[in-house]
Amino acid sequence: MMTLRTLAIGAINLLVAVATAVGPVRAADTEVKIDNFTFNPQQITVKAGDTVIWVNHDDIPHAVVSQTQAFRSKALDTDDKFSFTFATLGTYPYFCALHPHMTGTIVVEASLSSPP
Amino acid sequence: MTDHDNGVSRRRVLECMTWVGTGVLWTISGGVPHSLGLIDQAIAKEASGLTFLQISDSHMGFDKPANPNAKGTLEEAIGRIKALPVKPAFMIHTGDITHLSKDSEFDDAEKIISDARLDVHYVPGEHDLIDPEIKLYKERYGRGTQGPGYYSFDADGVHFIGLVNVANLKGGGMGSLGEEQLEWIEDDLKGRSASTPIVVFAHIPLWTVYPEWGWGTEDSGRALAYMKRFGSVTVLNGHIHQVMQKVEGNVTFHTARSTAFPQPAPGSAPSAGPMKVPEDKLRTLLGTASITFKPGEQRLAIVDTPLKS
Repeated sequence: MMTLRTLAIGAINLLVAVATAVGPVRAADTEVKIDNFTFNPQQITVKAGDTVIWVNHDDIPHAVVSQTQAFRSKALDTDDKFSFTFATLGTYPYFCALHPHMTGTIVVEASLSSPP
Repeated sequence: MTDHDNGVSRRRVLECMTWVGTGVLWTISGGVPHSLGLIDQAIAKEASGLTFLQISDSHMGFDKPANPNAKGTLEEAIGRIKALPVKPAFMIHTGDITHLSKDSEFDDAEKIISDARLDVHYVPGEHDLIDPEIKLYKERYGRGTQGPGYYSFDADGVHFIGLVNVANLKGGGMGSLGEEQLEWIEDDLKGRSASTPIVVFAHIPLWTVYPEWGWGTEDSGRALAYMKRFGSVTVLNGHIHQVMQKVEGNVTFHTARSTAFPQPAPGSAPSAGPMKVPEDKLRTLLGTASITFKPGEQRLAIVDTPLKS
């Protein structure tokens, strides 16, 4: 019984995966607002292949810097944007190079269409 | 100097006068501040000896609503310095010369500040080290300095130490001096008489003003421990764009106003961002500081002068 059900779920998942793969592969853009010296949302989860766009809404420049050297923006003046596409799964803590008490985290998990 | 040996320096009471715009004179005896009431500028001027000026947070390039003309207010500040009846010995600049570390911003600062015709001793703010290799700051101000730009010098028997607490900042932390600089400080102070007045200047406050906004230096405790044996230590900072003072034993901490834009009092706003105030109030919140030592008295006077009182 269990095996059958697992198989059935597996089949459905496979169908969904195929359906997703058949359509144009569309990675999502997610925005992180920099506002009042905070990253908002402070932690987000995206799928592999997604792009995160940071937009600075403050009257003070900020710079987005990965704790693990995965990415580093230039100083973002008011309304400047920085985007990074996350190809590799993992957890990416980051901070503002100018105001290091500002921190955030991007979690990248597998997308259904990404190879196993 | 034998002051240290015969205990004279210890007996001497460290007094600190601050004339903060409103004209209140504070005297600190044994760490307890006493207000002596209103004074006029004449009393503050009476002090003779070494007088130097502190300017801070010029933010050349800043053009946001809190002050669309940061260049103009820096020019005003320099104009006031030029008009001083007694020429100060030199100036210190406690960082954030520029807003975005651009060549043109450094050029503007240089052009305006040099008009004061005073030697200027700089330390960088985080806004001056934005280019990855911090080349622009170091090319202009780094000569004769260590690491990202720290150094010391002597003037009229006072030992000055310019520190950098805005380089290689770590995520989740505040300002930081780092191991190398801390070792250099220990070395720099070694063998100096405890009666030598010490003036330390750096961008971010060396005491924890407000950790929620990163207003502090996480490893400053070690630097200050090396200064414990000195009778008179004065720590001058910028970064928070407002006057704030604290006295702890022999150490006086003081922050200067910005010439560019004010920032809110700790915790009084959602963030530390530039504070927009009515046009006629702006110049009462911008300004410079003047610091005077009376030789032999280990007394210092800090006068904060707004652009408009």
